[in-house]
Amino acid sequence: MKFGKMKPQRRNRLMIAGLLVVSVGTAVSLALKALNENINLYYSPAQIVQGEAPRNTLIRAGGMVVANSVNRSTTDLQVSFVVSDMGASEVMINYVGILPDLFREGQGVIARGVLNDQNVFIAEEVLAKHDETYMPPEILQTLAESKAKAEKNGTSL
Amino acid sequence: MWNWFHKLSAPKSFFELSGKLLPWFGLLAMLTLAVGAVWGLAFAPPDYQQGNSARIMYVHVPASILAQSSYMMMASAALVFLVWRIKLADIALQCAAPIGASITLLALVTGAIWGKPTWGTWWVWDARLTSTLILFFLFVGVIALRSAMDNRDSAGRATAVLALVGVVNLPIIKYSVDWWFTLHQSSSFSLTAKPTMPAEMWIPLLIMVVGFYLFFFVAWMLRIRAEILHREIRTQWVRERVLSS
Repeated sequence: MKFGKMKPQRRNRLMIAGLLVVSVGTAVSLALKALNENINLYYSPAQIVQGEAPRNTLIRAGGMVVANSVNRSTTDLQVSFVVSDMGASEVMINYVGILPDLFREGQGVIARGVLNDQNVFIAEEVLAKHDETYMPPEILQTLAESKAKAEKNGTSL
Repeated sequence: MWNWFHKLSAPKSFFELSGKLLPWFGLLAMLTLAVGAVWGLAFAPPDYQQGNSARIMYVHVPASILAQSSYMMMASAALVFLVWRIKLADIALQCAAPIGASITLLALVTGAIWGKPTWGTWWVWDARLTSTLILFFLFVGVIALRSAMDNRDSAGRATAVLALVGVVNLPIIKYSVDWWFTLHQSSSFSLTAKPTMPAEMWIPLLIMVVGFYLFFFVAWMLRIRAEILHREIRTQWVRERVLSS
């Protein structure tokens, strides 16, 4: 059954079907291209630092929580932390409320809120972004142990 | 080879062949689903951060993969029907839609149940979640369009065109997590890189994926067989079959 040997009627129908899918695909990809900025769920710290994110309007900001940047208030639920995109750009986020269980330093978060004029993000909701890595707790323990062992060996040398 | 296909596409021979294969597929599906579910839910290790709530992936991941594959199979049937006008392809298209819709709904619901404790929300309008919701609407649209038209021929052609055009959504679902910033994580599996989870997690997951596929084929065959009997009710072979049983 070769393409050239197909009955003309069927070949036409196949070509029309192919044309249909290709044209709809082109239309959709052009539309998505035009909507590109709106489909992104959040602004990265780099975009915020470069002033690409609008101020004083409800947006989402996302990034990795920088280690040792989390400051919790001792009297209320006020918490502030810094998110980065593994690069130079960093944005301070202020939030009042309960953080999700998976909120950790070094983990991704997505905050919804308003960017004020001081470049501080005032969040009203913080979501934890889970990455694609899964591992059993024991592995983490063995990793920590072997790391501790290596450090110990390093100092004893 | 081609003749064999042609013969198989006759409703009667398909009915006979699928009748012979069905018990085996059913048995295999039950076996893999049971092994995968018990292994994944009881014996696989919990995740170091999510704890036991990560176990929902043993349902969510196979459901999501199958949701997209079942659409691809349905769309292939649509193409075959549009070009070659094979009756069986029309039946296959019609019968795949309700199963695909249920599986997609399962993926959406399990995702939401996992999202609440992990992300802190049931739902966000990010690209992955939204495009999967559109996939669900496409399945529902195929069912609705089919039942909205009385004439079987024009209903078949219209649904086939809709199913075929909807294929555009599949790459969007697959690459949404790479093209845009989303809350949904990117894929843990790819053909080129090592999976980002240990073998004691991905082996039961793989078994569940195989089980879901087998379940889909069994459910699909059952629906197709029922539809064949329904459409061929006036033919000699159906009458003989019904009388003899």
